Amino acid sequence: MSDFADVRLHVVTGKGGTGKTTVAAALALALASGGRRVLLAEVEGRQGIAQLFDTPPLPYAERRVAVAPGGGEVHALAIDPEDALLDYLHMFYKLSPTGVAARSLRRMGAIEFATTVAPGLRDVLLTGKVKEAVVRAVKGRPVYDAVVLDGPPTGRIVRFLNISSEMGGLAKVGPLKTQSDGVMAVLRSPQTAVHLCTLLEEMPVQETIDGVAELQAVGLPVGGVVVNAVRAPVLPATQLAAAERGELDHELLADGLLKAGVDASDALVRALAAEAGDHATRVGLEERGRDALAALDRPSYELPLLTDTVDLGGLYELAGSLRAQGMA
Amino acid sequence: MSAPPVMDVDAVLDTAKILVCCGSGGVGKTTTAAALALRAAERGRRTVVLTIDPARRLAQSMGLTELDNTPRTVAGADTAAGGSLDAMMLDMKRTFDDIVLAHADGAKAQAIFENPFYQALSSSFAGTQEYMAMEKLGQLKATGDYDLIVVDTPPTRSALDFLDAPERLTTFLDGRMIRILLAPAKAGGKAYFKVVTTGFTVFTSVITRIIGAQVLQDVSQFVGSLETMFGGFRERAQGTYDLLKAPGTAFVVVAAPERDALREAAYFVERLAEESMPLAGLVVNRVHRSGTAVLTPERALAGAQSLDEQGGHELTAAVLRLHADRVSLAARERRLQERFCGAHPGVPVVEVAALPGDVHDLDGLRAVGEDLASGVAAAVPA
Repeated sequence: MSDFADVRLHVVTGKGGTGKTTVAAALALALASGGRRVLLAEVEGRQGIAQLFDTPPLPYAERRVAVAPGGGEVHALAIDPEDALLDYLHMFYKLSPTGVAARSLRRMGAIEFATTVAPGLRDVLLTGKVKEAVVRAVKGRPVYDAVVLDGPPTGRIVRFLNISSEMGGLAKVGPLKTQSDGVMAVLRSPQTAVHLCTLLEEMPVQETIDGVAELQAVGLPVGGVVVNAVRAPVLPATQLAAAERGELDHELLADGLLKAGVDASDALVRALAAEAGDHATRVGLEERGRDALAALDRPSYELPLLTDTVDLGGLYELAGSLRAQGMA
Repeated sequence: MSAPPVMDVDAVLDTAKILVCCGSGGVGKTTTAAALALRAAERGRRTVVLTIDPARRLAQSMGLTELDNTPRTVAGADTAAGGSLDAMMLDMKRTFDDIVLAHADGAKAQAIFENPFYQALSSSFAGTQEYMAMEKLGQLKATGDYDLIVVDTPPTRSALDFLDAPERLTTFLDGRMIRILLAPAKAGGKAYFKVVTTGFTVFTSVITRIIGAQVLQDVSQFVGSLETMFGGFRERAQGTYDLLKAPGTAFVVVAAPERDALREAAYFVERLAEESMPLAGLVVNRVHRSGTAVLTPERALAGAQSLDEQGGHELTAAVLRLHADRVSLAARERRLQERFCGAHPGVPVVEVAALPGDVHDLDGLRAVGEDLASGVAAAVPA
């Protein structure tokens, strides 16, 4: 049983460099396992999904990028604000995206202008498209079982999702207000979960803690914490403290090296002990990070560090791990 | 392959007037900027570092407890050589407000400040932060108080955003839409819907239906009230852009030895060349080195396995495995770096060793500075 069985919109955020896109893609694959249909969307124009799945840049159209174990499918979409605006005009005002009016708006720079002058408006369009994918149904059946959004980084996520407050000053009444209220209702509902991706390093952990508090302060549903790129401690636990203090028994090490058939010069023993010391220091910092995250009292998942560049095989491995831990 | 030239950090710190640190997010740009500034100050230059979003503890160690948009002296920097270190955090909105105040009188400035579109633009327009960092750089330069200004660039998804942002803002302000919106504002608002051009009729009918007349009115008023300042904006953007090309300015591109970060660095290096902007070199942060090259990963792993089979000596087996991991990681990082250097042969490079924890005091910054200046680059792989 998944920890987020009722959630249909998974937003993944995290500090830059923590592997947000990788985690979002792995989660999408995990959710798709066993025959489900999942949409993986990005909004930052980075084409991170295409790079990860090694496909040509994604257009503003949903296309299948991977098949999950057990027959599920992951579709991907790169949401562009200008296309989202034309899409919106088409859906609600029957304005053909290729018709005279749309062309004229584009030519005048109105589309670009509208999506630039008010970042809040751009966010309404982007989140509006995500919401549309969440609620889209054919003959009463949802088209997607779940939608995973590779969201903006932690520093921008609250502003991005809390669109009604961003739009508040700009449009107090009218269709835009109605639209942003509708999007907000889905984002605030139990159908949505905002997951935070982090590394066990000081700054990402601190950003995660701050991010959880900021999301909660505006009533957005916080999901799980995904700790990415975790390395298992290699040193025996009993030796970590001594290694960190630089007090490993050099004679014992030298003795072991001889038994291992390695020439145990003083210089080699010292260098190896210093490397063990660095490792122990890092493990200590990681433990402190883990404790700080545990205090958040959110479901937490750990993904192993993949030694090589993440490819499709690596994504399947991470997806399997997320399923095993109950995230999907 | 021949080794890339080594970046002479001290020579750069002793001669440059402006140092701009660029790179993608999460590579240690802020720490690098602070370490460079501290080293320059302690080598005798009057230095200021402009940071955008420092980690809390690093900011505190530099005395940056509040965001007040004014350079503050960093206590604890060694001034024996005659230099000094100031630091400031950029307050984007306040910098924007200051520009408005410089170009508009009281009542008009107030009207601009109250417009909801100004509030959105000044706090979250994509590029405002970059533009304001440039603006602040120009102001700091104009004071004449400093021998060297070190600028940390905003944490954008792409390092190129920093160069493109000012132009994006001015293009936006020069755009056709703005001119269309200006027409009715000039005519006094009432005449708004009487302006007749085909495009405009379509525009108003569609836009008012969608976003409402009030919003359009706000935009129009905002654009109208800003109009007198456009010339100033353009001039300022051009001025800072010129400053980046002026003699004495140098760019330091910061990366981590990872595929994505080095790819961003490559884009940036190429772009600087296109713009004829001077590149001081590439700093590769967080490089893993091994203290000993005599033991190959293969032999270390074989040794660990042999100990497992014999039983006992868990500690030595673990230490051998750690060593094997570290040497392999170092080799992987080296290959990525070599690929970069192969494609950009003339770019001077310097490495900074990975630290187990974050840097959050002046001693830590000093150590990073030492490492930067020690000229280690492209060391022979184990």
